[in-house]
Amino acid sequence: MSMQSETARLTSPLPAGNDGARLGANPVGPSLATPRDYFETLKPRVMSLVVFTALVGMVVAPGHINPVIGAVALLFIAIGAGAAGALNMWYEADLDALMSRTMKRPIPDGRILPGEVLGFALFLAVFSVVAMGLFVNLLSAALLAFTIFFYAVIYSMWLKRWTPQNIVIGGSAGALPPVIGWAAATGSVSLEPVVMFLIIFIWTPPHFWALAMLRSEEYARAGVPMLPVVAGERETRRQIALYSILMAPVGALPFLLGYTSALYGAVSIITGLLFVMASLRLRNAAEGKATERAAKKMFGFSILYLGLLFAVLLVDQGFGLSFGQLSW
Amino acid sequence: MSPVNDQQEDNGIVLTEAQKKARRMRSIAIAVCLGLLVVLFYIITLVKGPGVLNRPI
Repeated sequence: MSMQSETARLTSPLPAGNDGARLGANPVGPSLATPRDYFETLKPRVMSLVVFTALVGMVVAPGHINPVIGAVALLFIAIGAGAAGALNMWYEADLDALMSRTMKRPIPDGRILPGEVLGFALFLAVFSVVAMGLFVNLLSAALLAFTIFFYAVIYSMWLKRWTPQNIVIGGSAGALPPVIGWAAATGSVSLEPVVMFLIIFIWTPPHFWALAMLRSEEYARAGVPMLPVVAGERETRRQIALYSILMAPVGALPFLLGYTSALYGAVSIITGLLFVMASLRLRNAAEGKATERAAKKMFGFSILYLGLLFAVLLVDQGFGLSFGQLSW
Repeated sequence: MSPVNDQQEDNGIVLTEAQKKARRMRSIAIAVCLGLLVVLFYIITLVKGPGVLNRPI
């Protein structure tokens, strides 16, 4: 990117071609942004998922973490995740303005200036990592810093507009929170958090590709090389099925490796099979409305599946059903 | 120079009511966050004791 266009990105209140200014935005002069607009840039829904998976990583970790320090660690993880989301929102404002799902976000809607979001996000990123390092431990701080960097720079600035494997590799950022939670509790990383990482990592492609199939025209218009845009619907459905077949055993790994109860085993195996079936139904659906319905079901079930696995992991530990820690 | 710019040169940047309201809300939010941080750091210090900055890797 040239220096000139980079300067324009930092100073221009709105992405080129956006109508926010005509809809009551403030193209020049002092900001009209409210605290609510700032809060929206943190992607609160994504933040809540991050906090949930980090909590699971923290709770299933062996040993004892002071509840106050645990809560503080979750707060800093939430702030770090919010910072990553805001950096993503700052960088992708031009794409967001082109897609119906995202065009009402604060920057493309003209409610907040890109420079304000950038400053806010950088401050929160530095604050969350430094505070995590000072009050929790250095390993969790380093992992949090890496997660923010990976999501904002590797995924948002590089992979997203470059390769259809964007969400496969970029999924690492979303998969790290349980590892951070574990590291906050123990000061180390062992096999269990890596397995939790793998569950989210393998889950990400079928989840996002199902969504991308429903939005492929918008992605194409925005020039984002999502798999359905680049490789077509047929290949996307095949890839979703392949990842789903891999997902079922990976989802059951905590049980297969012997550190969760039969409850987790039963839930993960049954829902894993349902996950595969949903993907095969999508794979075999007729073109048109049937595919759209199957993709919607696949997307919806994938959210339920991941939420259920992590909820059962939490219950498993909460009721003392699970076994001890595995080591490398 | 336009009359609007002349006026701005005389009075500096004049905020509209909407801009003043937004600024007031941001100021309150910053004050609340700073207050909460003070309380948070105080609680952390109580919990961790004198070794608040001793952090195992």
